[in-house]
Amino acid sequence: MDALPDHMRPERSFQGFILALQRFWAEQGCVILQPYDMEMGAGTFHPATTLRALGPKPWNAAYVQPSRRPKDGRYGENPNRLQHYYQFQVIMKPSPPNLQDLYLKSLAAIGIDSAIHDIRFVEDDWESPTLGAWGLGWECWCDGMEVSQFTYFQQVAGVECAPVAGELTYGLERLAMYVQGVDRVYDLNFNGREGAEKVTYGDVFLQAEQEYSRHNFEYADTTMLFEQFRMAEEACRKYLAAGWQESKSPGGNSKEHLMALPAYDQCIKASHVFNLLDARGVISVTERQSYIARVRDLAKACGEAWIHTETGRAV
Amino acid sequence: MPDLLLELFSEEIPARMQAKAADDLRRMVTDKLVAEGLVYEGAKAFATPRRLALTVHGIPARQPDLKTERRGPKIGAPDAAVQGFLKATGLTSLDEAKIQKDAKGDFYIALIEKPGRAAIDVVAEILPVIIRTFPWPKSMRWGARSAKSGSLSWVRPLHSIIATFGLETEEPDVVKFSVDGIEAGQTTYGHRFMAPGAISVRRFEDYEAKLKAAKVILDPQARKDIIVEDAKELAFAQGLELVEDQVLVDEVSGLVEWPVVMMGSFEKEFLSIPDEVIRATIRNNQKCFVVRDPKTGKLTNKFVLTANIEAPDGGKTIVAGNERVIRPRLSDAKFFYETDLKTRLEDRLPKFEQIVFHEKLGTQAARIKRIEALAAEIAPLVGADVEKTKRAARLAKADLLTEVVGEFPELQGLMGKYYALAQGEDASVAAASEEHWKPQGPTDRVPTDPVSVAVALADKLDTLVGFWAIDEKPTGSKDPYALRRAALGVVRLIVENELRFSLLVALKAAGRTTARTLASLTFENLRPLIRNVAKQTANAEIAIAVVEGFGNDPARESQRDAIADSIVDGIVDLLAFFADRLKVQLRDQGARHDLVDAVFSLGGQDDLLLVVRRVEALGKFLDSDDGKNLLAGTKRASNILSIEEKKDKRSFDGAPDAALYKLDEEKALAAAIDQVKSEASAAVAKEDFAAAMSAMAKLRPAVDAFFDKVKVNDDDPKVRENRLKLLNEIRAATRAVADFSRIEG
Repeated sequence: MDALPDHMRPERSFQGFILALQRFWAEQGCVILQPYDMEMGAGTFHPATTLRALGPKPWNAAYVQPSRRPKDGRYGENPNRLQHYYQFQVIMKPSPPNLQDLYLKSLAAIGIDSAIHDIRFVEDDWESPTLGAWGLGWECWCDGMEVSQFTYFQQVAGVECAPVAGELTYGLERLAMYVQGVDRVYDLNFNGREGAEKVTYGDVFLQAEQEYSRHNFEYADTTMLFEQFRMAEEACRKYLAAGWQESKSPGGNSKEHLMALPAYDQCIKASHVFNLLDARGVISVTERQSYIARVRDLAKACGEAWIHTETGRAV
Repeated sequence: MPDLLLELFSEEIPARMQAKAADDLRRMVTDKLVAEGLVYEGAKAFATPRRLALTVHGIPARQPDLKTERRGPKIGAPDAAVQGFLKATGLTSLDEAKIQKDAKGDFYIALIEKPGRAAIDVVAEILPVIIRTFPWPKSMRWGARSAKSGSLSWVRPLHSIIATFGLETEEPDVVKFSVDGIEAGQTTYGHRFMAPGAISVRRFEDYEAKLKAAKVILDPQARKDIIVEDAKELAFAQGLELVEDQVLVDEVSGLVEWPVVMMGSFEKEFLSIPDEVIRATIRNNQKCFVVRDPKTGKLTNKFVLTANIEAPDGGKTIVAGNERVIRPRLSDAKFFYETDLKTRLEDRLPKFEQIVFHEKLGTQAARIKRIEALAAEIAPLVGADVEKTKRAARLAKADLLTEVVGEFPELQGLMGKYYALAQGEDASVAAASEEHWKPQGPTDRVPTDPVSVAVALADKLDTLVGFWAIDEKPTGSKDPYALRRAALGVVRLIVENELRFSLLVALKAAGRTTARTLASLTFENLRPLIRNVAKQTANAEIAIAVVEGFGNDPARESQRDAIADSIVDGIVDLLAFFADRLKVQLRDQGARHDLVDAVFSLGGQDDLLLVVRRVEALGKFLDSDDGKNLLAGTKRASNILSIEEKKDKRSFDGAPDAALYKLDEEKALAAAIDQVKSEASAAVAKEDFAAAMSAMAKLRPAVDAFFDKVKVNDDDPKVRENRLKLLNEIRAATRAVADFSRIEG
């Protein structure tokens, strides 16, 4: 590795840690994207994963995605639970034969040496009922701690993956805490500097955790949210309906879709609004299932549209 | 004879699937070999997280030659038939065929010899099929090939295959086949981190040895032994004792190829959490073992972990890492436990209103109310204090809503007991939280405290009556609500506590409480429907009127009748279900199946303890000479009767006429029957079945003498009829204790 200044070393700074991962995956040929500009529960929701996992065209990408889990807020009082945290997401389609090795090398790149750490692949079947998606893989353990999810997508948005994409998700805060040796997420060194120049994770996010916990659990406007859910659902369906048209390409009466991405944005929106409503405790157990099914229906319809777009369809 | 070595090397196989997969591989390959005429000497399969391996030794080098005869057309048959025969058998002319005579004429017979093939070629055909059809519980596709249909599915990506075949003394051959682009060869790989290089192997012996040198222990049992022995050793060295856990050993041995056992510790302050919670936290989340102090039997602040590598720092980093993970886990558990202690169990109950037990059986809250009401009715029948029983029933499920049970469902009941004791409940009331779930199966402990017994019975009877009423009975192998287990639980609670208990009375009580729920539910179910109608018609007033009026609607009356019917039918059916469970239970304990039938066949047997006692007494009686002979006599009487009944197309019920007795033996038998009947009935009334059987024994000499001296089918039809009636009386008399016709032998 190039000689990095100390403050950029992954075991010294949170941002250095992220940069090391980005650099590693860039070297594997991934497109390094920036976070999607919408609120979402996990990096998997990013269209670069959900939609790009579909269709036959190769796709390799990596990006940081802020993940919002309104229910996990703890008013900044829990040492490792956050309602907003970062996931680092890698997607490679088709899954390369050496994906496990690449993953282990990525750990080495952020300072986890598999000669002295006990790295394990422990069964974990991944399923997202809201995305109509499932896959098989593992949770990756480092010395007994779950540090990543490793999944071979089999189905996304109700569509069989052909070819299969491999997905890696790193919980960045948790991994960085391990590498930096801190027990409280807010004590993470964010910029790798010391003394007066040092900025911690708490300096950046503690107040946000407190404010959003208050918002998520106590004040989020449920009347508005119910309405937003309804509107997002309606808009998604409207854009989907408007996007279909007969294919102009020669030799086919097949259909194509021209607005899968904007429609999918509304699906993301509905999903996040549902999570907020859930955190406010205004959705009963039985209603919960039906809301999840409604989001899934949107996701499936978007997946169907996507595989009829220029990027998503068979060549 | 040659041996086969097979290895399927993949990414990490889930621990829980490994043992069965090894077994499936051995079974599928050896079954197929035998089906191909290749009878082998022995086979053994192994699994590690990254490989399935199989060795089959002593396979014949070739299949045996097969000789078959095929019958062709008659001599002189049309040419078309002859040509067809030649074509089908591969003969060049009829000169090569034999001629065989039989009753229908002379036929051509072709002798077809099919030479056996080389076993290695057969194996090369078998293996790809087995790999493609391997029964993984869940399998997946991967990589570029998954773009096409028909690509290989495996539990996780399959990377390489070893398949060699050959004699011990020679260099073996590679079995030539490929599956989805993976060519079988003789290369494998060592431990993922400690020896990742390629290894070339020839046969099982060097395969296993080379793997061991490459830090892979192939045999799961060997890995388990290492884990258990080393863990015990580590604990012993500190004067401590490992809490053994076979399920955990099985799982952990499937997570490592090279087990390295180490000990870590956690802060002593966490020992204020109940031991079971510490164990569940460390075991479920971290797959580590806990350790106790043999002097106190209590857990200590140590745990045992199993790593997959020998680290150059002696494992210091790994132990420290695991300790860092366990600390916040225990800290969460402690927080959960302490949070739980702040809320009294009864204050949790209102939340059950929001939790549906079963769509058609209402909420958990309704269920708890039913159990409480039913337990109160059962309490006096089992000698339990009614008020304590009601309290226990009300609180028994409350721990389901606690944080600790939410996190560790297997601690349900136990936590309820701890929390009940902590809030000062009576010891019996607290114990019922844990005990009322029992017994969970044929070997689980049966509660004995009357309060626990009453709540356990009420819980199970409510479940059974409810699911029977909504027609969700177990069918075949499907029993999603574990209703057989619940019924067996009831049987064991009654029999093992020697409870005198009318099941029918208890079932009727459960029927009443269930009926109330069902009636209110059908009513409640209409509300949302009507609300929807109201929305659509914008006429809420009418909708509300319909809802209110439903109470007096005759339609609702008929609904109520339907509910009552379904419950009554359910109860009748349930009694038979209990009889079946008891039969299974008694048979498992060695009692004769037919004796249980003989007792149930009397009808009206809803007191399971009495059934058991009767069966026991009957079994003893039938072991004695008197019993055996009386059974033979009764059977003889029954046989004669059924023949004559068939002949005359009538039955011979009714009292015999004393005036028609001609012989002393008839009179003696009649007298004996009268005496035995009254003595046996009196004994049965006192539930003294041994005495009833002794009374029965008195019947034997009279029956024997009767068959010895008396000809039943007398020439005088009146005498004959009377004697048949007397035989019928024997049958009737024995029914005081059992239906002898159901007894075998």
